[in-house]
Order: sequence, then structure tokens, then C-alpha cells
Amino acid sequence: MATRIHPLLILFTVLVYVFLLGPLIIIFGASLSDTTYLTFPPQGLSFRWFQNIWDISAFRRTIVTSLQMAFLGTGIALIVGIPAAYALNRYRVTLPGWLSTLFVLPILVPEIVIGFSLLRSVTVQAGVPVWYALLIGHTLLVIPYVIRVVSASLASFDFSIEEAAISLGSPPARTFFTIVLPNIRSGVIAAFILSFITSINDVSVSLFLTGPGVSTLPIQLLAHMEQFFDPTIASVSVVLMLLTILVMIIVERTLGLAIVAK
Amino acid sequence: MTQALTIDRITAHYGTTKVLEDLSLSVAEGELVSLLGASGCGKTTTLRLVAGFLQPTAGAIRLGDKDLTRLPAHQRDIGLVFQNYALFPHLTVRENVAFGLKQRKVAGPERLKRADAMLDRVGLAHLADRLPGALSGGQKQRVALARALVIEPPLLMFDEPLSNLDAKLRIDMRVEIRQLQRANGTTALYVTHDQEEAFSISDRVAIMHQGRIMQLDTPEVLYQRPANAFVANFVGFENLIPLQVTTRNGAEITARTAEGAALTLSQDQLGPIPDAFTLATRPDGLQVTATGGAGLPATLGLRTYLGRAYQYQARAGALSLTANGPLSQPLDPGTAVTLVPNPEQCAILKPE
Ligand SMILES: Nc1ncnc2c1ncn2[C@@H]1O[C@H](COP(=O)(O)OP(=O)(O)OP(=O)(O)O)[C@@H](O)[C@H]1O
Ligand SMILES: [Mg+2]
Repeated sequence: MATRIHPLLILFTVLVYVFLLGPLIIIFGASLSDTTYLTFPPQGLSFRWFQNIWDISAFRRTIVTSLQMAFLGTGIALIVGIPAAYALNRYRVTLPGWLSTLFVLPILVPEIVIGFSLLRSVTVQAGVPVWYALLIGHTLLVIPYVIRVVSASLASFDFSIEEAAISLGSPPARTFFTIVLPNIRSGVIAAFILSFITSINDVSVSLFLTGPGVSTLPIQLLAHMEQFFDPTIASVSVVLMLLTILVMIIVERTLGLAIVAK
Repeated sequence: MTQALTIDRITAHYGTTKVLEDLSLSVAEGELVSLLGASGCGKTTTLRLVAGFLQPTAGAIRLGDKDLTRLPAHQRDIGLVFQNYALFPHLTVRENVAFGLKQRKVAGPERLKRADAMLDRVGLAHLADRLPGALSGGQKQRVALARALVIEPPLLMFDEPLSNLDAKLRIDMRVEIRQLQRANGTTALYVTHDQEEAFSISDRVAIMHQGRIMQLDTPEVLYQRPANAFVANFVGFENLIPLQVTTRNGAEITARTAEGAALTLSQDQLGPIPDAFTLATRPDGLQVTATGGAGLPATLGLRTYLGRAYQYQARAGALSLTANGPLSQPLDPGTAVTLVPNPEQCAILKPE
């Protein structure tokens, strides 16, 4: 049986896609332009603006910093966030209800406020070096996401299987790794990807915490834009997108992505 | 291998709420004891204390001559079967069963051999490579049983293992559980709220109420000689008639209700009868007869049809009673009758 789809619905869907993907296509096209100014459709075809990213040392350095922040920040957030999410769910009956809300509160606070308060406390007050302050910022930024997403997995986790494992002689710590973790894997992977993307694209928090010689790619992009309006901006954007996609593919290949399943 | 379990005067709290109070229980080697009681009476709590997932606030738990009270749960060596099966979803059936052996450092090939042998015993050898998600409820419970049995624990504990299964399977599985437990001679503690299930497979049954054991005895004794009003009610002695002995004549005694109706009972049939007692009868044990004879004068109320008899709600003075009458003679509400207890269906409850 052929279901007829209303023409308006098709039109609407197409418009949504144009709206979502259009700007990306324009950026992608502009990054390949052979001109010294941003233009679309591209005139001529060249990779020189990608080459340019490599030539400008600030971009090279900030790509490295961005990746460091994204990997380390997300890593620390997972190490802190998974046990927190575990405890919140395991002892949900005995813990007060507001506690889990407290852990996701930072999502509700405007990032710019978090950035500023970290600048005041961590950088100015405590005098933590820029690179470390930036890492603290990125870690704090993504912890709520980790807790939220991992908690969602744990909410459907049956803790009696943990008790079953313990009764069969598996010590609690080992049980966490052999029984709990494999069963919330999809949540952990989703948390990783979400955190990674949040971190690598972050502007608000990084804006306050970057300093002399230490910056992230989006911040460097902004700085570059203030002086130049050449297709480098577009090519950096493309690199940022490709990096994100690449990491997602690697994570999917190595850990087996099952976000959709959960 | 098998050992006796002793629960010695334990008290347990959740936060500040007392859930178990001064509870003692012992299960002999190779014996199957059931904990039977209404929802919330503390059955699961008792198992969790023995398993080590909860610490008692007072008392001790021993298995054989080993004191379990302060031992971490993973060192207690107890086979557990849960109501919701609690299989490891990410491991195959075989890996599930082999899990406990792996913790005991049994070498790979030996482990698989023993897991497969156990799966064979529960009739699931052909499903060894499946994930638990692809099993029926009954199959899952068999895997759970195999997983608990394969470590040859000195004690097996079951928490309502059959309540998620349909009626027919429940009966098959309980027989199977009993056979495996008997064959291995494993001491077992079995939680259920199904009276028939408890009575059919247990050596002894503990009837629990609000965190206490009301009576612990063989099913036969519980069914015929309940020790108190709670247990009497639980096993179907619906009528509780308070009586006072007025005359004793050897084994024969005469006792009267508050209204003065007299009953004659024999201590040869019912055991020793104290001066003040309660006579408990099932509806079947209270016969409806024409007025005039010895017994309790009563007025009939609502009549219901049971198939094998008519059942009447009746009033005898201040008491409301349930009695059965013959099918040959349906009686209308308001009829005056005499209710006569049948000693074979009666029990004597001492004052509490
Ligand atoms: N984690 C908990 N925190 C607080 N109270 C609890 C907790 N678990 C159980 N209780 C309370 O303890 C009492 C005994 O509970 P338990 O689970 O032992 O009952 P049960 O006899 O197993 O009942 P059921 O037949 O419904 O499984 C109940 O009143 C219950 O509300
Ligand atoms: Mg229970």
C-alpha cells in the first residue's frame, strides 16, 4: 500500500533541511574559495585556506589545546560523573531528592556566568595557571551532562543484578566494572560524545579563561575574525566540524555506538 | 558441604523504622524453610540480612559454625534466586552460569564443563549461547537457578522466585526447585506470599507478621494446630470463639461463651484445654443444624453457593461466624439454627 505524503509536508521537511544544512553547505563552499574574502558560491577552487590554518601557528596551537581540553575535560568529567551518577541512582531512596538536582544545576546557570565566576575564583583568586584553569572550566562545564546522561542509563539499570554478582562472590568494586559498567555503556558513550562536542565548541566559558599563549580554537577563530575576513574562518569551521565527526566515528567504531538503542 | 543456618535474635532498621524485631530462626542442614507472610512483613529484609546486603542493628547470623554477621556479602557463599531473575543481560546463558565459578578462580575449561553440566540439569543446554533477553520467564528462572546451584553453596535463598510466572509453570517449577534442593541436600530459605506454594514444598514454614515470626512449624501442624489467632486466621480458621471452661469431667470439658451457650469438647481430640481459650474452626468445621441440640444458637445471614456446600454468614450473640450447611437444605436468611463445631476441624488457641 502506497501512503500518499501531503505535498506541504514534503515542502516543510525540505525547508527544515535547507535551514539546518544550508549554512553548513555555504561555510563548506566558502572554505574552498580561491578569493581573499568570504564568498559563496566559491570562486575558483583551492585548499589554500586550509593550508593557511596550518601556516598560522596560533591555529595549530589552539587546535591542540582544544583537543586536550575536550579529551582531558571529558575524561575527568567521566571519572567524576559516573560514580556520582551511580551513587545518586543506587541510593536514590535514602538520598534527599534535591541532591540530584544540585548536580545538574550548572546546566541552568548561563555559561557566561560560570566562566566569569571561574575567572574570579580560579584564575584571579587562586592564581591557577591559565591552561589548568581552562581545564577546570571545561571539566565543570561537561560534568552535569555526564551525570544527566549516565543517570538516564542507570535509571533503567536493575541494581539487583549487582547484588546477584556480589552474592556469587564478586567484590563490589570488581562488580562495578564487570557488571554495572558494561550495562550502562551506551550511556557512557553518549555522555562522552555530548561532552566532547560541548567542550570543543565552547566559547562562553573559554572566553574568560583563555590567557596569554593559551587559547582554544573557537576563541582563536573569534580573534582572527576581528582582524581578517578571509575564508580561513570558513575552513576552521569545517575543521571543527570534521574533528567532531571524526571523534564520533572513532568512538562508534571502538566502543560500539548504541545511543539510539537506549 | 551443606550447613545449618541460624538467625539469632536479629533486629533490623531502615533508617529509624524498625522492620524486624528480635527475630530468630534456624534452618537445619538440608532443610527447606519458607518465610510466608503478607506484603511488607519483612521477608525480603530477612533474606537481605542473611545475604549481607543489610546489616542487622542487633543479633547474629551463623552458617554452620561460621559467624556471618560482619562478613562482606561477597564472602558469604550463598546462592540467591531473585523474583526478577537478575540475570546479567550482557552475558550469555553459559557465561551467566559460569560467573560464580569464575569468581572462585575455577579454570576456564573446567568452568565451562561445570556450567554446561548444570545447564543440562535444568534442561537448558540448547540455550547456552543465548543472551538472557531472548529467554522466556521460565527459562530465565531456570538459568538463575543453575547460576545459584553451580557454585554448590551451603545455603540457597529464594525471594519469591515464581511470582512472575504463570500458574501452571509455577507448579512445575516449584517441584523442580524442590527436587534439585533435595538432590543436592542444600539448606534452603524460601520466601513466598503464596500459602499453597509454601506448604507444598517446605519442610517447615515460618509465618511472619509485621517483622515477627508468629509460628514456625511443619505445614501439617500449622494447618491443623495453629498456635495463635493470627496463624489460625492465616490458614483459614475464620471463626474464633472465646470460651470459658465451666466443668471438667476427665477428658471431657464443658465450656461456655459469654452469652452462656455451652459446648462439650474432648481433650483426647483437641489436646489439653486451658480454662480460658479460643476455639478456632474453619467454615467447614462449623455445621449448621436444626435448633435444639447442643451448640451455639445462631441466626443465619447471607447464603452463598460454594459448589460442594452452602456457606452462611451467621450471628451468634456478639460473634459473627461463617458456617457451611448441606446442599440438600438451603436455608433462608433469618432462620434460627444451632452451629455445632466438628472437633476434627477445630483448634484450641491459648490466651495470648
Ligand atoms: N529500602 C527501604 N527503605 C525503607 N523501608 C524499606 C526499604 N525496603 C523495605 N522497607 C520497608 O520494610 C518493610 C519490610 O519490607 P520487605 O521488603 O522485607 O517486605 P516483604 O515481606 O519482602 O514484602 P513483599 O512480599 O511485598 O516483597 C516494609 O514495610 C517496607 O516498606
Ligand atoms: Mg519481598
